[in-house]
Amino acid sequence: MTQSVVVQVGQCGNQIGCCFWDLALREHAAVNQKGIYDDAISSFFRNVDTRVVGDGGSISKGKISSLKARAVLIDMEEGVVNEILQGPLRDVFDSKQLITDISGSGNNWAVGHKIFGNLYREQILEKLRKSAEHCDCLQCFFIIHSMGGGTGSGLGTFLLKVLEDEFPEVYRFVTSIYPSSEDDVITSPYNSMLAMKELNEHADCVLPIDNQSLFDIISKIDSVVNSGKLGTTVKPKSVITSGAGAIKKQHKKPFDAMNNIVANLLLNLTSSARFEGSLNMDLNEISMNLVPFPQLHYLVSSLTPLYTLADVNIPPRRLDQMFSDAFSKDHQLIQADPRHSLYLACALMVRGNVQISDLRRNIERLKPTLQFVSWNQEGWKTSLCSVPPVGHSHSLLALANNTCVKPTFMELRERFMRLYKKKAHLHHYLHVEGMEESSFAEAVSSLSALIQEYNELDATKSMPVQDVPRLIVAV
Amino acid sequence: MSIVTVQLGQCGNQIGFEVFDSLFSDSHCSQGLCSKRENEAYQASCKERFFREEKNGIPIARAVLVDMEPKVINQTLSKAAQASRWKYGQHACFCQKQGSGNNWAYGYSMHGPRHEESIMNLIQKEVEKCDSLSGFFVIMSMAGGTGSGLGAFITQKLQDQYSNSLKMNQIIWPYGTGEVIVQNYNSILTLSHLYRSSDAFLIHENDVVHKICAKRMNIKQISFSNINQVLAHQLGSVFQPTYSSEGSFHYRRNPLGIYSLGPEFVWSLFTTLLIHAFLFLTGDLMEHLVPHPEFKMLGVRNIPQMSENSLAYSTFTWAGLLKHLRQMLISNAKMEEGINWQVRPPLSGLPPLGKMSVNKELHFNTSIANLVILRGKDVLSADVEAFKDPALYTSWLEPVDAFSVWKTQRAFNKYEKCAALVSNSQFLVKPLDMIVGKAWNMFASKAYIHQYTKFGIEEEDFLDSFTLLEQVVASYCNV
Repeated sequence: MTQSVVVQVGQCGNQIGCCFWDLALREHAAVNQKGIYDDAISSFFRNVDTRVVGDGGSISKGKISSLKARAVLIDMEEGVVNEILQGPLRDVFDSKQLITDISGSGNNWAVGHKIFGNLYREQILEKLRKSAEHCDCLQCFFIIHSMGGGTGSGLGTFLLKVLEDEFPEVYRFVTSIYPSSEDDVITSPYNSMLAMKELNEHADCVLPIDNQSLFDIISKIDSVVNSGKLGTTVKPKSVITSGAGAIKKQHKKPFDAMNNIVANLLLNLTSSARFEGSLNMDLNEISMNLVPFPQLHYLVSSLTPLYTLADVNIPPRRLDQMFSDAFSKDHQLIQADPRHSLYLACALMVRGNVQISDLRRNIERLKPTLQFVSWNQEGWKTSLCSVPPVGHSHSLLALANNTCVKPTFMELRERFMRLYKKKAHLHHYLHVEGMEESSFAEAVSSLSALIQEYNELDATKSMPVQDVPRLIVAV
Repeated sequence: MSIVTVQLGQCGNQIGFEVFDSLFSDSHCSQGLCSKRENEAYQASCKERFFREEKNGIPIARAVLVDMEPKVINQTLSKAAQASRWKYGQHACFCQKQGSGNNWAYGYSMHGPRHEESIMNLIQKEVEKCDSLSGFFVIMSMAGGTGSGLGAFITQKLQDQYSNSLKMNQIIWPYGTGEVIVQNYNSILTLSHLYRSSDAFLIHENDVVHKICAKRMNIKQISFSNINQVLAHQLGSVFQPTYSSEGSFHYRRNPLGIYSLGPEFVWSLFTTLLIHAFLFLTGDLMEHLVPHPEFKMLGVRNIPQMSENSLAYSTFTWAGLLKHLRQMLISNAKMEEGINWQVRPPLSGLPPLGKMSVNKELHFNTSIANLVILRGKDVLSADVEAFKDPALYTSWLEPVDAFSVWKTQRAFNKYEKCAALVSNSQFLVKPLDMIVGKAWNMFASKAYIHQYTKFGIEEEDFLDSFTLLEQVVASYCNV
């Protein structure tokens, strides 16, 4: 069994990270009734004897003594991290695995990337190496950050290069929160554009998410749950946004519900690697199957169901509804419509009491409504994990490598150009040593090249699928 | 003579468990419909073939379990331990921490060489515990990374180290509509490599077994467990002991190869070995089913296929069963339902119907060689003459050489009568052609190739594989 390390950068990254650890503990507590430290828990947590001072405290087997998250927390201002360390999760984090500063990055990618990057490079390396040493077999780094700010965006992407150099064999999965169109940070287009170039070059896999979509999903859930339209009641713990029953008791902040969705995404992504099932899917299989060409590594995700009804007997129709929903644009975690764009590859990760026949039936049913690229007409990757998420009897995570991600990038480019043409706020960036106008030009051309690739693929959408002529052999 | 099974990857281990379980349950089944002595001979033969004895009496499967990550092996071992009727050897597993990521190149080029010594040692230990080794079963899937890539590597090493023993690969073909996106690449790489080092492949298609579960067994929500049990039943009906010749009461010693004849009891090792030596007959089975190295793909059909609940209410005649089985063979039917009765063998004396095009509907399935295995009541009266019709076969073997039949009175798995057919015929041309076609389309766009070149499998290796398989398809079509 392998381990993963979560690196949470910036305010957004740390807040989401906090929700993630909360849910992860809840999930493992529900599955692991006997309190034995097993392979599944070890994928995200260390077992530590807190009486031992220094590093020697790791316990590899036996009863759980004290769980420590395999996490590195980075923020250039102290507020968020301090709050975490004073909150109910304080014991889960290793106080040595933090890097903080006081002044913050001022929503400036260049400050995060160049200034703080250089300043903290050694420290970052040291913390990462430490967390890697604590792992028996490190498989993956999960980086959580936002694109629009300064720390998450700048320092977060600086990290990627460091990880690539130091740990070339370990996968880098990045969960990136893209700014919505009504984002209140004026310079977010600059920050996002500069960060995109780094993601293009140094990430193995990116899961783009935007706040607007998360917000829409929450509104949808609220309206259904509170409207009383449904005859039966919704199981409270099953709502994908709920932290009910977890260590954190209430939703104090407005973003909590949204962060929970992302936390669920990460848990479901890793479920088949941690828990048993009849068709396992490890993390290295994600990039193997979903990344046909190295640059096209952006995966649109959707989670269903958003809530479970109290009715225990789930008729097949409801199960099928779960599959249909996964492809609807209302359930995607970014503003995208995969149904009307071109699929390069699609992964369905199912958890709970679902069998291969249910999966096959739904693939057969949905396939005619979706368009797959000519060379990957049956591009489905499937996995079945026996352990459902807490509060649900089954769930589905769909990951799509689909050209529907293009509009997000095009819009980003447009918003960037609007600012850049007027050279608005540019001096804040150019003041930073190492930043020049060419940095911006390179970032734009990197993004444009990516958009062009998607355009070329889209152009093949309406063409009839022709088989390539086969080799002719003499018999 | 014993068979050592190597279970590779998630699929191999999950199926392997069901196969051993099915073999064990059947051999201990009380409804054998035969005399006590026959039943005991059957049990002993099955046990020697697939299990070995331990001091406290629980039989141990002659198997080596290999996987690159621990979850499935742990599950398999605990399932066996829970059932407590038989178990796996204590040190029969090889496991790593990180899987092959569905990457054939990783399984073949990285895991293979890295773990060659450890795995071959485990196999050697298991072989040493056999009084005499008949050969190896390697159970693997084609779609993933470990079963396919590491499986191809290990089969090659088995060929190098045990060139005198037979190797049969049980290969699982994935569902056509995708379980793994790069399954077609993994499949062509596996098949082309195995063609060079395996003696025969027994192929099972997930789509076919799934349909059998749905239509014949009436299972509503089909799980991999169901599928694997049907598969295990098919394999058991082929490899459980059978008589070595008509009328004698002694079980065939070598399920894969040499027949033995003789009046001595099966468990009198010395005498049977002696008889082996003196009464070695022509009729090496592998030689018959795989007469030419270009034709190694074997398919299995069995009949009747039905759920256990329906068993009690059905009776069959051998004539009926054999008629259906024969039609399944010549019309290339995948299961007992929807058999196309229009298809007829070409009239003898006339030239064959020309080159087979993979698309022709009513095509008659020409066989290279067939083996029919009959188990159950009144088996001695079963008439298999219709299978000896020369029109069924290619012209280069006489039907007497191309067709073999094994029989036993002892019923299998509570089926009063059951028949299995292992066939080297055009059964698998169409599925193979489809896989090659899809892989070729993907290869033309170069999609995913970077994942393979990262671990040393270059475009050249792909091209070599394509060439070899196109050759195989063409050869089978021209039969």
